[in-house]
Amino acid sequence: MNILVCLKQTFDTEAKIELKDGKINAQGIKNIINPYDEFAVEEALKLKEANGGEVTTISVGSDQTQEALRQALAMGADKAILVEFPNSDEHATAKALAKAVQGMEFDLILGGHVAIDDNSGQIAIRLAEELDLPQVNVVTKLEINDGKAVCTREIEGGVQIVETPLPTVITCQKGLNEPRYPSLKGIMQAKKKELKRIGLEELGLTVDNKVEILEVFLPPQKEAGKVIEGEAEEAAGELVRLLKEEAKVI
Amino acid sequence: MDFTISEELQALRYNIRGFAEEVIEPKAQEIEENDKIPEEIIEQAKALGLFGMSIPEEYGGTGLNLLERCIILEELGRTQNGFSSLLGAHTGIGSTGIVEMASEDLKQRYLPRMATGELIGAFALTEPNAGSDATNLKTTAELKDGKWVINGLKHFITNGPVADVITVMAITDKSKGARGGITAFAVEKNFPGFSVGTVEKKMGLKGSYTSELVFEDCEVPQENVIGEIGRGYANALKILNKGRITLGARCVGTSNKLVELCTTYAQQRIQFGQPIASFQGIQWMLADMATQTEAARYLTYRTAWAADHGDPVIKESSMVKLFASEVLAKVVDMAVQVHGGMGYMKEFPIERFYRDARITRIYEGTSEIQKIIIANRLLKEFKVDA
Ligand SMILES: Cc1cc2nc3c(=O)[nH]c(=O)nc-3n(C[C@H](O)[C@H](O)[C@H](O)COP(=O)(O)OP(=O)(O)OC[C@H]3O[C@@H](n4cnc5c(N)ncnc54)[C@H](O)[C@@H]3O)c2cc1C
Repeated sequence: MNILVCLKQTFDTEAKIELKDGKINAQGIKNIINPYDEFAVEEALKLKEANGGEVTTISVGSDQTQEALRQALAMGADKAILVEFPNSDEHATAKALAKAVQGMEFDLILGGHVAIDDNSGQIAIRLAEELDLPQVNVVTKLEINDGKAVCTREIEGGVQIVETPLPTVITCQKGLNEPRYPSLKGIMQAKKKELKRIGLEELGLTVDNKVEILEVFLPPQKEAGKVIEGEAEEAAGELVRLLKEEAKVI
Repeated sequence: MDFTISEELQALRYNIRGFAEEVIEPKAQEIEENDKIPEEIIEQAKALGLFGMSIPEEYGGTGLNLLERCIILEELGRTQNGFSSLLGAHTGIGSTGIVEMASEDLKQRYLPRMATGELIGAFALTEPNAGSDATNLKTTAELKDGKWVINGLKHFITNGPVADVITVMAITDKSKGARGGITAFAVEKNFPGFSVGTVEKKMGLKGSYTSELVFEDCEVPQENVIGEIGRGYANALKILNKGRITLGARCVGTSNKLVELCTTYAQQRIQFGQPIASFQGIQWMLADMATQTEAARYLTYRTAWAADHGDPVIKESSMVKLFASEVLAKVVDMAVQVHGGMGYMKEFPIERFYRDARITRIYEGTSEIQKIIIANRLLKEFKVDA
């Protein structure tokens, strides 16, 4: 069973984000595999361990994105592809991915259901459309039997179980698995595994971004909490007044 | 001279730090209280291959060189040090003898299972009357009916109670003493006549056990001699020599963690209406801590690198052990000072680091012994003929 995993490199969840010249200042910030994509890598590795086959990770990004691909190789993926196309928007990224996987043999495409940086959650969906494949999103449990994928997904107030034929696109949600730490062997061997870099020209793709980012700004600073002193009755009265007049929520 | 760290080594550091901070650190308090490293941490460390880091690939390990191992131990030094002591003893002094000096047969017999962590290693040189003066061993091994029979008592042996295979130093020829009279043996815990004595109650390194090992007519097959008969003392020195570099790396890791903890705390703790970090008295401590740590780091890595390139680094590895452990002592003392009363409380990690730091100037050769080694080398290098 051959699996493709789409992954994105994002800022570390604990990184302190600062802006410089209207952009996020990447200097000194640690990068990681988008955590939801890490679930996808882990799931692919588990399926490979159970059924054999090959796991190929693919990312659209810049030179630096190699780190994330190497990390996936260290975890146990077999091959990696970097499509060199920095700063692409969702439309362009999906087009590039679709073009890059054309002609490849696969049973399953896995990805995170959203990336923690821009929260747009579009890539896998768009990719499935581009490839004309079925898709199941926000999956917390995945079983593969007889050429079919049985997926459990959380929906408002319950769970839904969906079955789809392979090949298919599935996006992963927290709860699906617990990603492994790469072993020492994995880390030391990652460098020796194939990481193919392809440019847009080589792909024979011309595509432009459709989205233009107009402004990037940080959320307003959280103000210190307020403690209301006094007897319960008095304090409750003051609380109501503040909620009405200051917070304007009632 | 090129000080850049390869991508691979950066990935190694990144992943081990993740393991140290996400898996071990949250359990540090629990380890301190129970004096036990939870089984799931040990299991996960095995799965990562940490127990096999120093064992060559052909025997199932990862065969990392010293520099790579220093990166791992530096990162582990940032968290609970009982774990790094256990692992350090297994991957260092507890297995180096078998890896570097043992026969092919012994390697085949022990290394693959040591690499997975199924068998735990230990190194037993010290005795009640042979500490710094390691040549003063009383434990003897006599060849009787085709078997070596060991009698004696070892003490202060890290991993003693949990070890499966122990590199044991014993006198095989009293008349020759350290010059040809000591031999190293690979002793299995279930060899007849072997038992674990008192397990010591220690100041720190919780979860790592140190005990007596008792040999009463303990029978050891002839093929379990490590290296040549009579070469035991020279081999012990070689084993300890490398251990000193990785121990230095552990000290650097702890020191560095303390610099981070202190710099953060000093900005958060308000006294006299301002963060204590704004006081020059505190800033000078932070600057001293960071500078000394950095100096220890470069000495450690330079020496590891030189050893990996075939340099014997006898003087230098003693310098690493001496300097890095003395730096840690100063850094951890200042760390308590920066934290004030909080630094004395078990609720904060500083107190644990303070206790764990103390041993690094003692085991694997005290600071005084390191200075003797360094001075002896100097006196040889610059010998003036009388
Ligand atoms: C927690 C722990 C774990 C250990 N693990 C191991 C292990 O796994 N395997 C093992 O074999 N050993 C182990 N040891 C033993 C350790 O290596 C010895 O404790 C150490 O070498 C010092 O020996 P000693 O305790 O007998 O002190 P002593 O040798 O009695 O030293 C006492 C003091 O005298 C000083 N001194 C001694 N001789 C001189 C001299 N010539 N000049 C100046 N000063 C001198 C020493 O530096 C020290 O300050 C461990 C010890 C501890 C505490």
